[in-house]
Amino acid sequence: MNDMRYIERATDMNETKITARDVHVFYGDSEAIKGVDVDIQARAVTAFIGPSGCGKSTFLRTINRMNDTIPSCRVTGGITLDGEDIYDKRVDVVQLRQKIGMVFQKPNPFPKSIYDNIAYGPRIHGLTKNKAEMDEIIEKSLRRAAIWDEVKDRLQAPGTGLSGGQQQRLCIARAIATSPEVLLMDEPCSALDPIATAQVEELIDELRQEYTVVIVTHSMQQAARVSQKTAFFHLGHLVEYGDTSDIFTNPKDQRTESYISGKIG
Amino acid sequence: MTDTSANGQNNAAPKKNSLFVQDARLKRRKSAEKRFQWYGIGAISIGCIFLVVLLTNILMNGSSAFRQTFIDLPITLNAEEIEAAEASMLKTGAYKNIIYAALEEQVASKGVETEMSGKDLGKIMSDSAPGELRGFVLANPDAIGTTVDFSFFASSRVDGYFKGRVERADLVNDKNLDAAHLDIIDQLKDAGIVGLHFNAEFIFGADASDNRPEQAGMGLSILGSFYMMIVVLLLALPIGVGAAIYLEEFAPQSKFTDVIEVNISNLAAVPSIVFGILGLAIFIQTMHFTKSAPLVGGLVLTLMTLPTIIISTRAALKAVPPSIREAALGLGASRMQAVFDHVLPLAMPGILTGTIIGLAQALGETAPLLLIGMVGFLATNTPESFIAGFDTPNSAMPAQIYQWASRADPAFYERAWGGIIILLFFLLAMNIIAVILRRKFERRW
Ligand SMILES: Nc1ncnc2c1ncn2[C@@H]1O[C@H](COP(=O)(O)OP(=O)(O)OP(=O)(O)O)[C@@H](O)[C@H]1O
Ligand SMILES: [Mg+2]
Repeated sequence: MNDMRYIERATDMNETKITARDVHVFYGDSEAIKGVDVDIQARAVTAFIGPSGCGKSTFLRTINRMNDTIPSCRVTGGITLDGEDIYDKRVDVVQLRQKIGMVFQKPNPFPKSIYDNIAYGPRIHGLTKNKAEMDEIIEKSLRRAAIWDEVKDRLQAPGTGLSGGQQQRLCIARAIATSPEVLLMDEPCSALDPIATAQVEELIDELRQEYTVVIVTHSMQQAARVSQKTAFFHLGHLVEYGDTSDIFTNPKDQRTESYISGKIG
Repeated sequence: MTDTSANGQNNAAPKKNSLFVQDARLKRRKSAEKRFQWYGIGAISIGCIFLVVLLTNILMNGSSAFRQTFIDLPITLNAEEIEAAEASMLKTGAYKNIIYAALEEQVASKGVETEMSGKDLGKIMSDSAPGELRGFVLANPDAIGTTVDFSFFASSRVDGYFKGRVERADLVNDKNLDAAHLDIIDQLKDAGIVGLHFNAEFIFGADASDNRPEQAGMGLSILGSFYMMIVVLLLALPIGVGAAIYLEEFAPQSKFTDVIEVNISNLAAVPSIVFGILGLAIFIQTMHFTKSAPLVGGLVLTLMTLPTIIISTRAALKAVPPSIREAALGLGASRMQAVFDHVLPLAMPGILTGTIIGLAQALGETAPLLLIGMVGFLATNTPESFIAGFDTPNSAMPAQIYQWASRADPAFYERAWGGIIILLFFLLAMNIIAVILRRKFERRW
């Protein structure tokens, strides 16, 4: 509990990393996000919660412009990273996505070796000068993703040969290997057992020291455990956003209260 | 445990919903399944029967083309005779006389009694013999003055007699051979100097004119097909795969790309003869490329193969899970990097399979070649250099087979079947390569 208070204080002093203003997202004619305003704090964990289909993943993907890959998808409004509009014409998505990494809902390792999975990001961004540096990044990333001990003896084995939970941690390691400033995680623990979940949560908590983390989760407990800020989405609206402790103990909106007490979902 | 279950089965009437009793619905489902299995087995059997009939037919008709009747003939290469022959106007005519003399001697030495001599006796020999002899003399001047054991082709009638195609009764009105010749042949056969042997010329040699079927070979048309395949591979693979990658991964979805898509599918269904006439109009009449050259044939076949390669490449790219693209893009890879580093390697087996199927189709295509003149007795020698081969008029395997099948002499008919065996051999080889490549590139994900 002491810890918790300290965290709250720390986040209050932090600056805003990402702002969204009146963001609408359309898939063709259907509107999936209907006007969202949010300020995401730097070096804190923000949790997106809400019933299935409410648009959490959609909104998360607007932050690193992964929605660009869906032809029917259209985004209006403004999203800024460190005060710069990420939808500006001058922005190159490659550069943006190097700064804003992503872990997907379903583990999606490349059908290559574990080593190459992690090495791919640093390699394309030219982050290392030699093999020794690359090895260091790989070990560090795998350690932070709590999977080093399981794979250190078989780095050349295919990443797709790992179990579902190991694959997801491999994907997390791959995402942090490029040292992004922001890490977006879409239900990273949905395929994990409780032990691996605890390890990933620990990792998320640790990442908060350097990174801004946004996590989508269906687990209230997880949101309460790892996040400092929580945003509750419902039918494309951002219903309530605030300190995690406030949302869970003292929700202001009726819908939030119903959701966290299990009445809608 | 066993006791009770045994009792339950034997004594008590089966209870309702028992697992041991199948209800009527399940029985119907099972019999439907059985029926379907029989349909499948029936369909496969019919297919297999057709295949077996086809293959045995081809092998029975065609395998004899690989063996040819040869006549062993030792010839003493007399320097004066050869000098005189080289000095004469009709060189092969002079060499012919050398051969006739040697033949007479050979026949006499084997104790065969005959009134025939010279030109008449020479009818059992192929017309190709003088040319062959002269070629040998020119290539081996050192051999002059010695006696060399030659093995010349017998004439196609004699060959037909050995293969059961020609009977004595058939020769009554034949000006090429008489029954009396066959009597000599029988005796020479017993003497062991005339017989059927494997004939490499058929695989490696050039086509021959209408009156020398025994000399005709597939070699140069295999070479022609080979040159065309090089052209197709070098053009169709990069263009087709490039077009497919662009359409599948980069092109914005619009009416325009839709139209292109529909047209590519339509192109795949266009009859090959249409491509042939297109090639004739564009490459030969407008651009004035060499007629009958493998280069033009290759270009036409490229047009024909492109849609196949594009369609199969697109299918292979579509089959790569989108999560792989997302993973790469999410790491900050550019689209190009995502495609070339991750998507393409996964699509490779499918692309290669499609390409080889397209090539195999092109290899067996005849109709367009007829229109651009790649059929007929075109090439007699291997091209001077590798590059020149692209621009030297030549035939191709299927066109050669078509050509032989349409010639009058039944000796060519056998060669057409033999040519089909060679063509099938190449197709089989390509399919095996396709399987090997697919195995090699296939990776699980
Ligand atoms: N590619 C797409 N094309 C069209 N509609 C989509 C697409 N992706 C999502 N949608 C729609 O957008 C809405 C929001 O979807 P989204 O995936 O963001 O929900 P979510 O909150 O992440 O749900 P879950 O918790 O089940 O993952 C849904 O109604 C969905 O049907
Ligand atoms: Mg989702």
